[in-house]
Amino acid sequence: MSIDMSQFHQVFFEECFEGLEAMESGLLSLDIGDIDSEVINTIFRAAHSIKGGSGTFGFTVVAEYTHIMETLLDEMRDGRRQVTKPAVDVLLGSVDCLREMLTSIQNEEEVNMASAAKHQAALEMELHGTAGGSHAPAPAHHEAAAPTPVAVAAPEPEEEEDEIEEEQGWKISFCPYLSLLRTGNDPVRLFREISELGELTSHATIEDVVPFAELDPEECNITWELKLVTDASEAAIKEIFSWVEDDCAIEFAPLAKPKKAKKSKAAAAPAPAPVAEAPKVEEHAPVAAPAPAAKKPPVEADASKNAAPKASSSIRVDTDKIDTLINMVGEVVITQSMLGLVGENFTMDKVGLLKRGLAQLERHTRDLQQSVMNIRMLPISFVFSRFPRLVHDISTKLDKKITLKLVGENTEVDKAVVELINDPLVHLIRNSLDHGIEMPADRIAAGKPEMGTIELKAYHRGGHIVIEIVDDGRGLDKNKLLAKAIEKGLVEETAILSEKQIFELIFMPGFSTAEQLTDISGRGVGMDVVRRNIQSLGGNIDIISELGKGTTIAIHLPLTLAILDGQSVAVGDETYIVPLVSIIESINITEKMLNKVAGKGETFKLRNEYLPIIRMREIFNVKSGAATKPNEGVIVVVEGQGALCGFLVDELLGQQQVVIKSLEANYRRVEGVSGATILGDGSVALILDVPGLVRLSVR
Amino acid sequence: MSQENETSAVVEDVAAQKSSDNTTQYLSFVLGKEEYGVDILRVQEIRSWEPVSRVPNVPPYEKGVVNLRGAIVPIIDLRERFALSKVEYTPLTVVVVLQTGSGNHTRIMGVVVDSVSDVISVERNEIQGAPDFGTKVSNEFINGLVSVSERMVMLLDVDKLLTIENLEQNES
Repeated sequence: MSIDMSQFHQVFFEECFEGLEAMESGLLSLDIGDIDSEVINTIFRAAHSIKGGSGTFGFTVVAEYTHIMETLLDEMRDGRRQVTKPAVDVLLGSVDCLREMLTSIQNEEEVNMASAAKHQAALEMELHGTAGGSHAPAPAHHEAAAPTPVAVAAPEPEEEEDEIEEEQGWKISFCPYLSLLRTGNDPVRLFREISELGELTSHATIEDVVPFAELDPEECNITWELKLVTDASEAAIKEIFSWVEDDCAIEFAPLAKPKKAKKSKAAAAPAPAPVAEAPKVEEHAPVAAPAPAAKKPPVEADASKNAAPKASSSIRVDTDKIDTLINMVGEVVITQSMLGLVGENFTMDKVGLLKRGLAQLERHTRDLQQSVMNIRMLPISFVFSRFPRLVHDISTKLDKKITLKLVGENTEVDKAVVELINDPLVHLIRNSLDHGIEMPADRIAAGKPEMGTIELKAYHRGGHIVIEIVDDGRGLDKNKLLAKAIEKGLVEETAILSEKQIFELIFMPGFSTAEQLTDISGRGVGMDVVRRNIQSLGGNIDIISELGKGTTIAIHLPLTLAILDGQSVAVGDETYIVPLVSIIESINITEKMLNKVAGKGETFKLRNEYLPIIRMREIFNVKSGAATKPNEGVIVVVEGQGALCGFLVDELLGQQQVVIKSLEANYRRVEGVSGATILGDGSVALILDVPGLVRLSVR
Repeated sequence: MSQENETSAVVEDVAAQKSSDNTTQYLSFVLGKEEYGVDILRVQEIRSWEPVSRVPNVPPYEKGVVNLRGAIVPIIDLRERFALSKVEYTPLTVVVVLQTGSGNHTRIMGVVVDSVSDVISVERNEIQGAPDFGTKVSNEFINGLVSVSERMVMLLDVDKLLTIENLEQNES
């Protein structure tokens, strides 16, 4: 029986990456002084299931690598080993390494053995280096062995196996007599029992098996070679076999002996070499492997290139959500059959019933729509969970003391938003880490606690999700910003800017106030990209800052990208949708309000402001329908890119939720239009792109 | 719906036949007095004309977009595209929905034609190259000419028809 295992690969990889995330967050939450055994257990379990899964799917490299991590974690779990910061860092490094390996396997590329070997060596060092003098030669052996798999990738697994076998264990040759089964003994049960003592690998010899026709199912013709990696004594294993002693020939041989010989051969240096020898060998390792190292970069570049198309877009959904959905569908079906009944032999006295049915149907449809949209909703923790690691790494690098507080991680947001918000957030957090929070000494001098805080908050507000990044760092210096902007020629020297406008300067391309560039941030590219990304999601970004106290960056995003609240407007015979979020108000036009500028441009006065008018009829060349008199119609006041302006339309039709459809999928991008939707009557209406229209009208 | 089903049945049928030799089948249609053909495997369905939603600020031959079972599909008037005289649309005016594949991304588009006439089988060696008309007539979409019972049929390159739209989008 052969099953195509590849069909499960996708699930396996997803589970692995989830496991890695769990390990990572667990490792980060480990408090060195005070170990929570539950956290260690979680990490251990994640490592264990990755090992098990990769073994099942034949990714031996991963399985063996994880095995070492697991051993280390196991010792921590049992309290046999202290949890130290270096150990945690090594484990974090190996999480990264595992992730890299899995990604390579997922993309069907060769695993980068060089970095794997490096991490593995570090792990082994951690595992054996502190385990006591008797193990001291072991790291030396691994360091020496590490370059070998780099130069010749293939032998790696074999070498690895030796390593594992190095632990003590037994080689058992188990030759049952034909009568074994008749006595009621079952080898499978025996093996299961043995495997509880340690790690069991078995090899069956089936040479003696008779042809099928002559086969007696009560005779056992198979013999086994078992390898058991364990620290159990011979007596413990013999005890298991005591039941079958009389029905088989059995031989025990310890595993460790032959290994020793092999080890000294591989290490070239004699096994009892002094500890001082070990670092020496280590030093040689990089020298020995320059050629493969040079080969490494292209592989990595390929990996990043290929990663994009391979990325799957599956989603894990809470069973509760699916149950609700099924309930909804049930309700709809019931309503439908009820309406069906009313429709048969319809008489006028059933009108009330019909109306009630239709109202019910409407309600259920709306609920159904909502539950379906809900399926696409993911908690924002999918994004947030990556940041503790980022903050941990960068703050270590910068020598700053920073804690990250996450608030509202369970706030749900559309999957598409989750995917697109990650990069901008990473950028903003890096900025806060690098520029926002001061060095500990500066903080103490400023009378602030040494430990800086960055708070990442998410919450819902009126159909939007708001994500805030709050730091208690040095804040933005208005005067410095303005001086810099003038120096760079981004602002006129005489310009009078409001506080908000000054803060927004940091979103200008090429603007950076950092005194020196770091590899973390400060190149002046980025903030403009951040803002553009967020605007392309239909959101906006605000900055509030107080010098010396800190900065708050607030991102407002729509909850979903698939549905939009729209106001339908009529222009001639055509219907357009204006996104409700950008509408400030709508007013009936009166002649008094209109003013011409230079005989051409039109403005109208809204309270104390003069706003430009865009005549939709003209900008879209609408010829159909009765032309509105110049002084008739409705002005829809909209905000696009920070500026107010008025769209002159013929009529307001109504507000509705519309499903956004792409125009580009089959057609192309049209200026002033952000998408299309299908109206109740099946016809297509275009959704206006307000900022785009404002740009269009300027031309 | 029945019309669509028939069309897809025809398409499958044709696909089965096609594998045998180097004969290609074309769906031929009429614009004025001219006859054109498109590879039948590119034809998704044939619909009757229905009003479209106009798209602002695009060339006049791009009539607009329609809702084709939830997808927004552009409709192009081939008469206007080829600068032939305009005619009023009647209930008999036909929209041929064509597919084009560039990479793994396929697009669909509807073209308005006067009427669909026939399915013709063409041997590959019967196809003549498109003659060069100089600058007078653009032959950029024409793959070749074939003569079917004394009539000349111009074979259109569907991919180019759509790519041209893309090019113009960049120019405008």
